Amino acid sequence: KEREKKLQIYVAARDACFTKRKDGVFDDEALQLTQQLLSSNPDFATLWNYRREILLHLETVRNQDEVQKIYEAELSFLESCLKVNPKSYGSWHHRGWVSARLPRPDWARELSLCDRCLSLDDRNFHCWDYRRMVVKMSGVPVKQELDFTDRLIGSNFSNYSSWHYRSTLLPLLHPQAPDTPSQCGNPPPSASPQTHFHRVCEEQLLKEYELVQNAFFTDPNDQSAWFYYRWLLGRAERDEMISCVYVSREEERVAVAFSRPVNAQSVGVEWQSVHPHFKNSPVWICSLPPGTISDVANEHNLTVHWTEKHSHRDCALYTGRSESWCRDTATDLELFRSELSVEKTSVLQSELQSVRQLQELEPLNKWCLLTIILLMRALDPLGYEKETLAHFQTLKDVDSMRSAYYSDLCSKFMIENTILKMEYAEVRVFSISDRKLTTLCHLDQLLLVTHINLSSNQLQQLPPQFAMLQCLEVRIGTLFFLLFFINLNSEISTLADLQPLASCPKLKRLDLRGNPITQTTNAEAELAGLLPSVTDLLL
Amino acid sequence: MRSRDSVPAANMAAEELPSDFDIVILGTGLAESVVAAACSRVGQRVLHLDRRSHYAANWASFTFNGLLTWIEEQKEESKPEKIEDWSSLVEEGEELIHLSNSDPASITNLQVFSYTSEEEEADEPNTIEEEKAAGEDAVKESSETESAGSKEEEDAGPAEEEEPAETEEEEPEADQPPTSPPSNQSEPVRKKISHAQLVKEGRRFNIDLVSKLLFSRGSLVDLLIKSNVSRYAEFKNVTRILTYRHGNIEQVPCSRADVFASRQLSVVEKRKLMRFLTSCMEETEEQTAYSGRPYSEFLRDQQLGESLQHFLLHSIAMVTEDTPTEEGLASTRHFLRCLGRYGNTPFLFPVYGLGEIPQCFCRMSAVFGGIYCLRHSVHCLIVDKDTNRCKAVIDSRGQRISCSHVVLEDSYLDADRKRTATPPRYLSRAVLITDASVLPSDPDQQISMVTVPPTTTGGPSVKMVELSSSTMTCIPGTYLVHLTCQSVGSAHEDLLPVVTRIFRTTEPQEEDRRPSVLWCLYFNMADGSALEVEGHRVPSNVYVCSGPDGALGHEHTIRQAESIFQKILPEEEFCPPAPNPEDIIYDGDNASPGEDRAAVENGGNQEENQEKEGNQEENQEKEGNQEENQEENQEKEGNQENQEKKGDQEENGVNQEPEE
Repeated sequence: KEREKKLQIYVAARDACFTKRKDGVFDDEALQLTQQLLSSNPDFATLWNYRREILLHLETVRNQDEVQKIYEAELSFLESCLKVNPKSYGSWHHRGWVSARLPRPDWARELSLCDRCLSLDDRNFHCWDYRRMVVKMSGVPVKQELDFTDRLIGSNFSNYSSWHYRSTLLPLLHPQAPDTPSQCGNPPPSASPQTHFHRVCEEQLLKEYELVQNAFFTDPNDQSAWFYYRWLLGRAERDEMISCVYVSREEERVAVAFSRPVNAQSVGVEWQSVHPHFKNSPVWICSLPPGTISDVANEHNLTVHWTEKHSHRDCALYTGRSESWCRDTATDLELFRSELSVEKTSVLQSELQSVRQLQELEPLNKWCLLTIILLMRALDPLGYEKETLAHFQTLKDVDSMRSAYYSDLCSKFMIENTILKMEYAEVRVFSISDRKLTTLCHLDQLLLVTHINLSSNQLQQLPPQFAMLQCLEVRIGTLFFLLFFINLNSEISTLADLQPLASCPKLKRLDLRGNPITQTTNAEAELAGLLPSVTDLLL
Repeated sequence: MRSRDSVPAANMAAEELPSDFDIVILGTGLAESVVAAACSRVGQRVLHLDRRSHYAANWASFTFNGLLTWIEEQKEESKPEKIEDWSSLVEEGEELIHLSNSDPASITNLQVFSYTSEEEEADEPNTIEEEKAAGEDAVKESSETESAGSKEEEDAGPAEEEEPAETEEEEPEADQPPTSPPSNQSEPVRKKISHAQLVKEGRRFNIDLVSKLLFSRGSLVDLLIKSNVSRYAEFKNVTRILTYRHGNIEQVPCSRADVFASRQLSVVEKRKLMRFLTSCMEETEEQTAYSGRPYSEFLRDQQLGESLQHFLLHSIAMVTEDTPTEEGLASTRHFLRCLGRYGNTPFLFPVYGLGEIPQCFCRMSAVFGGIYCLRHSVHCLIVDKDTNRCKAVIDSRGQRISCSHVVLEDSYLDADRKRTATPPRYLSRAVLITDASVLPSDPDQQISMVTVPPTTTGGPSVKMVELSSSTMTCIPGTYLVHLTCQSVGSAHEDLLPVVTRIFRTTEPQEEDRRPSVLWCLYFNMADGSALEVEGHRVPSNVYVCSGPDGALGHEHTIRQAESIFQKILPEEEFCPPAPNPEDIIYDGDNASPGEDRAAVENGGNQEENQEKEGNQEENQEKEGNQEENQEENQEKEGNQENQEKKGDQEENGVNQEPEE
């Protein structure tokens, strides 16, 4: 009964508000009404909007002191709304709006409001947002904010917001000196793929390692600390650059691989993504006008200009050669260490040691295992391969819910290792069979590969990125064929699954033995239709 | 007592009390007060008397000056009770049991030492030798007074041996009008606080006779919340757990946040500690295997390392070397369960001191009609010879008051009627006013629980609570330190070694950073747990409550109060929630929470002070509520609410709104 009465009052007031708004009335009474309604239901966005309209109107008719007063009243009203619902989008947004419009804002008061709210609930992301706004508007020193995160982390370190805030503050407060390259004895700074903007100087980094280690040793099951640790270990996104230029005389094509997927805008010549689906692609192809480079007797110097980044890359096609390339290898770039930063090896080594220490105490902790794997990869991907695989096995056992994720991650690492080995051997054969691969990746790194063997894995499908392999189709006069084994139980079962192969026009030989597709009637004929260039098909 | 908190006691110098009550309760200690509140709450007519001039008996808190007066009172010889002839009030078939009118036995071995600058500057750097002689004299004097007061004191050992090597004075003489000149700041380095200052600001002290803490999931906290008595008090978290180890005070990391922040533990130790704390919450076969063997052995075999073992044994389980494993685990679990409900330690402390708690229950009782008189006692119980039940009491004004049940503090009974453990057990207490914290930190307003393991094997382990001025128990710039242990000898003998090790009682020397003692008090108090539950020579409807026991929590007393209540009123609920004043709607036509209203009216019916004959229930209700509203709402309730909400928040993971 009581409730019904309340509801009636509420509905009546709401309707009154709507009518007033419709009529364009922006008076004090409307302010009153909305205040009543919002104090019982602070999540009523329309009313907040109406209120803002009224306030904007009042701004035009009152003098500044009065406006200041009105907005101050608004702030204290908002505090009462936040008490009703401390996570109300409407209230926080309105507060931000009011604070920004306040003629003489009292940022210190706002900051202390944030302090109080966050001490009551240190995970209230609305308040975090508002705090960031207050800090930005009032220019709170970064150091002070860092100390604030120290305090919150001290009282409860299970707090993504605080850790994350730290990760944005630290690079500002302790930036890595730009002239100390973090890698020693590697490519000169100009060729270094790293940017230093988002990194933290080493001294501070060591302190952070210590802090976060205290957290995950205290509670290894708390994810927030592990995530922060990964951020600490991680390195900035790699620069966009041209990592490989490949020219084929016979095809009259240039293929360019970028370090990251880009959306190439053609200048002068027509560039094509390797696959019509990819608007952004790390690999782009340009068919040169017929006859441009077809004369074997000529030497051609090609330069690919990337105007957007003001970078370019040369590639010379010498007399008598049918193809040529110019590239940075994955080994050069330490590409596959990019998951983790290339700190001084000794630092990483000691990190690995302490995490291993934790693993001895907590042999089944998944975060710990995963971090060990990442550290091992950062240190020596090939050297730790065996241990890494063993840890992956444990991970799949203790965290079976995510076993597919671990399989994919493991596949990725196996492929990376194989690429490294291939580069070391200086061959263009990519063979990775019987490694329980569940996914294929880094295909842009296989631009130059001529032979690929994927037999006896657990691949579900060929990704469309497979098309990136097409760039390597090259005729070197003599016999060339792309040897392709896919061999697995029941996985490649329909023709559609082989579709990506169609983008590799130079595919000569395909070995599909053991795949269910071979059971299909007239598979051979259909395959011939799908892959006309394949001359040698093993079923 | 602070006046703002005194329970509305019926002030009726000349007026007579009603002659009929359901329950007469003697003594305003915690157990008695809880029983009083519980009985009034369910509609019993309660008369609650105390012969003392203050509430809370041996649970009381005093201002500095109040404490000096109390000390004086303890030293006074009890006047021989003149046995009056009450035969005119006794009917046929009735006999009298005379009650004791003083409490000579519960407080003994009282000794006071003052180290503040009393005289001119020249006097201050007293050499120890100089003072020694004077000190001995004074001690002798004081202990003599005590021996006169109590015969039982012998077992605790006479104090007049030789220990005091410090300055000592008899305080009380210099009592109210401070004879000393105002403070002389002789030391520019550390601000000295003079005795005059202590006296002058004495009202801002609230010095507890007992030193206990509330386990945040202990029975007292549960009861405070359940009964809504919590609204009369405000609590603070104990902010840290410390321990004395290798001659240093160290912080004990016990919560997750502590462990994380700890600087003394290696990361591996952190992991081991956290793992132990997590794993010991569940019973394992490994634990069962150690049952009967000492907990310390169990800990030793957990490969925890020396410091973790110390923390776990002394500060977390708070047991001794030879406590059996199952008991050690139980107290470890209790500690852990209490952790994090309100803060980073398992303990709460009431602002304004522990003496607040019994008063809060008295207040609740008064709100529901209980009648209160201080300096008022009962001379004898009138017992029906046939049924061996107490029919009535004769109060100190010679009025016969009939009742169905009598609850009394054990000191009202003559020793030969009580059954206590033999030999009698005592607690050794020391109260220190110091000038600095035992472990200075930033911020300095810490409330610390310090465990001091036995200094000699088999010796008592000392529990020390250091209160900062944020608890409103001492003035800013000072700390109030309570030490408690089971008595072996006198309080001074038991606790002086600890005091001299941790504190400084002489003039500061270079490099000595220990806090200075400004003033201190030693005394022994009878251990309430020594009183047997059953077997007293009393009528069947007379129930005996014990004084404070030595445990840190209040479990013993609450259990006792509840069991007495259940004996008196087996059918009734123990302390059901009292209605919130805000929920009561006065004019009848509004829809109101019916149950609560009924309950209040019920309470109101009982609330018949004799001054107000008219049964205007509403007035009565309002009075009670207004009083609460006025006094508590602004100052206390707000905070308490926060406190409780905080608990809710932690329990439910709900956020709390910002405070105004």
